[in-house]
Amino acid sequence: MAETLIRLRDDSASTAPVVAFADLSDTANALAVRLMPGDDARALLPLLGQLELVEVAFPGFNDGRGYSAASILRESGYTGELRAVGDVLVDQISHYHRVGFDAFAPDQPITRAAIDTAIATWPEVYQRTVDGRPAIWALRHG
Amino acid sequence: MYQYDTHDQAMVDARVAEFSDQVARRLSGALAEDQFRPLRLKNGLYLQLHAYMLRVAVPYGTLNARQMRMLGDIADKYDRGYGHFTTRQNIQYNWIKLEDAPAILADLASVGMHAIQTSGNCIRNTTADHFAGAAADEVADPRPYAELLRQWSTFHPEFDYLPRKFKVAIIGSDVDRAAMKLHDIGIQVVTNAAGEEGLRIHVGGGMGRTPMIAPVIRDWLSPLQMVSYLEACLRVYNRYGRRDNKYKARIKILVHEIGAEEYRRQVEQEFAHILTLGLEPPPAELARIKAQFADPAFDRAAPVAIDLSDPDFALWVDQNVHAHKVQGYGIVTISLKPTGGIPGDASADQIRLMADLARDFSFDELRVTHAQNIVLPHVKRTDLHAIWQRLDEAGLATPNLDLIGDIIACPGLDYCSLANARSIPLAQKISARFADVERQRDLGELKLKISGCINACGHHHAGHIGILGVDRKGVENYQLLFGGSEGADTSLGSIIGPGFSEDGIVDAIERATQVYVAQRTDGERFLDTYRRIGTAPFKDAIYG
Amino acid sequence: MSADRFKILTGNDLLTGDVTWWTGSGWSTAVNDAAPLTDDGAAIITAEERAQRVVSAYVIDATRDAQGIRPAHIKDRVRALGPTVRLDLSHRPHDPAATAWIA
Repeated sequence: MAETLIRLRDDSASTAPVVAFADLSDTANALAVRLMPGDDARALLPLLGQLELVEVAFPGFNDGRGYSAASILRESGYTGELRAVGDVLVDQISHYHRVGFDAFAPDQPITRAAIDTAIATWPEVYQRTVDGRPAIWALRHG
Repeated sequence: MYQYDTHDQAMVDARVAEFSDQVARRLSGALAEDQFRPLRLKNGLYLQLHAYMLRVAVPYGTLNARQMRMLGDIADKYDRGYGHFTTRQNIQYNWIKLEDAPAILADLASVGMHAIQTSGNCIRNTTADHFAGAAADEVADPRPYAELLRQWSTFHPEFDYLPRKFKVAIIGSDVDRAAMKLHDIGIQVVTNAAGEEGLRIHVGGGMGRTPMIAPVIRDWLSPLQMVSYLEACLRVYNRYGRRDNKYKARIKILVHEIGAEEYRRQVEQEFAHILTLGLEPPPAELARIKAQFADPAFDRAAPVAIDLSDPDFALWVDQNVHAHKVQGYGIVTISLKPTGGIPGDASADQIRLMADLARDFSFDELRVTHAQNIVLPHVKRTDLHAIWQRLDEAGLATPNLDLIGDIIACPGLDYCSLANARSIPLAQKISARFADVERQRDLGELKLKISGCINACGHHHAGHIGILGVDRKGVENYQLLFGGSEGADTSLGSIIGPGFSEDGIVDAIERATQVYVAQRTDGERFLDTYRRIGTAPFKDAIYG
Repeated sequence: MSADRFKILTGNDLLTGDVTWWTGSGWSTAVNDAAPLTDDGAAIITAEERAQRVVSAYVIDATRDAQGIRPAHIKDRVRALGPTVRLDLSHRPHDPAATAWIA
């Protein structure tokens, strides 16, 4: 069945209210935050210890800033839920997953099976990213 | 040259499967055109004026005979018997059916080829000096770096939806044959006093609506940090490049708006962070790739002297064969610019002939040039006559390399949905007007480049003479530019005055060449004379 | 002039990419089969694109001349004819006047 929230995590979803990035300064103890494409993900780094959910909005699938935001958060050690929200399409799922997203809230529901198939699109990968898969160069040289 | 291993092959095979599924979902209605369009573009599939067009990647312009033969076979099997070599060192087919596209990609994958990222707002096919590995003036072969970049940029998850397309060019010689400084990133392989290789990185060049020459952003980069540094360059662009206006979305605008100094600072900061992540392939990977670009088994005793008593042959050797780094060899450029012909077009039979010549005479290697010609990079001088005869029989021995007949032209309004005016008929008329080869040779090096719209696929800003087609109230009109160059002396041409009709511009060019002939001093090219005497004498002759 | 102008609808066949013209009941590859639109083209576009019969459809102005229907814009005349530099592949392969019709 197609769903509007698919999580690839075992923990339970955060129930904390999601604070807009712009309102963060008023909500020092925020547990969940939403980044818009133009927001600076690095401004969240001091809060990474307390955040349990970061939503990254994709108002249009073709605005790729959210991919860099996700990478930056994961590279900095964020382990909470990273959720792609909005115009999230199955053909972008593999890339979302590679930059660290582990939850999807698509405007148009997607089935869990389609997500799993999409993640398996590439048998191998050329780049090392935050997803931990070995790059092809690592496979070649051990 | 580089040979795919099982890993590379698995990636192109997976791409065929992915795109086959996407086409099937489009045809079933599961995927809307708005969603499908960027997906097909990332496989080089456009909808043009008359049909779908497929652009096939020729990574850094290098391919082997088997791959070239496949390009000819695809032209016969799925298209109308010809292909068009482009200014991006690729080939495109003009009459493709959507339902055939997966099968074409499968045929390409069978010879280690693909159409990955030949369009779309992603990192495009890296281009390179078409004489790489052969040129006498080369410091280092840039292709191993280009191959490393091909792998890094292929399906890079973070950079698949950039603000705009992103083009990288790489050279290994002071003589720039790749218009390196007119790319989003231009890389020059250089050596220091100790003989070590390093990379000089230019960022923020481009043609198009706002042409700019890329400033140096880093003067020296260790080749073992190239991937990390480019990762930083791209991340800064992906985060801060403009997305509000597609005409201001290229990285050149970002670098221009914040300044090269500030862009450099941001990149260095990101670079320092990225170096901590271990994203760089190990030295062994670069060494593995370099080994595959090792010289073929040249005959070091090959004679230099050859029989040049046939004047037509001698003319062709003088014009179309360049000095090779190994004595007794030459670099052959096959002109795809027959007099009155369509620049860059080749029939399936011609493509297969060039494949055969590469197999028999050039260590199985060919190159596609950004000037829309084909190169046989490693030819024994004693084989030149046999090659020339076979090219001549096939209409491929036009001795006009770098002369006024060697015109770059985009497909223009005859094929392209973005074009405002036709480019090819103009190229044909100019080529016919200057058909006399001796006259062309007297005019010397004269790079003439035609674009049918402001997007500048025909590199008109970089032509010694450039022509830009525009739409003037529904009528084709052509603007004339002088003074551009894509070489080491990169410069941008400027429009000299009011535009012309198709016939008017051919006359104007002829008058400009007369001014040059009257004013030149010994050894001056058209471009040199223009730079010395300025626009006024040309304007007087053309508009006076 | 403007009295002679009318609207027609064009696009590309989804499967083959061929340039097609709305005939009032279907699609033809010949511009002279195009039927002047009597009502809103947008509704036809929506229905035909949804039915997977056409892609990238749009409404254009056209007139009639001695040779039939003439799209108002040069781009659509090139689409109607084919590449002027390869008339052998065009819709009027043996007609030397075809190129003049474009301009």
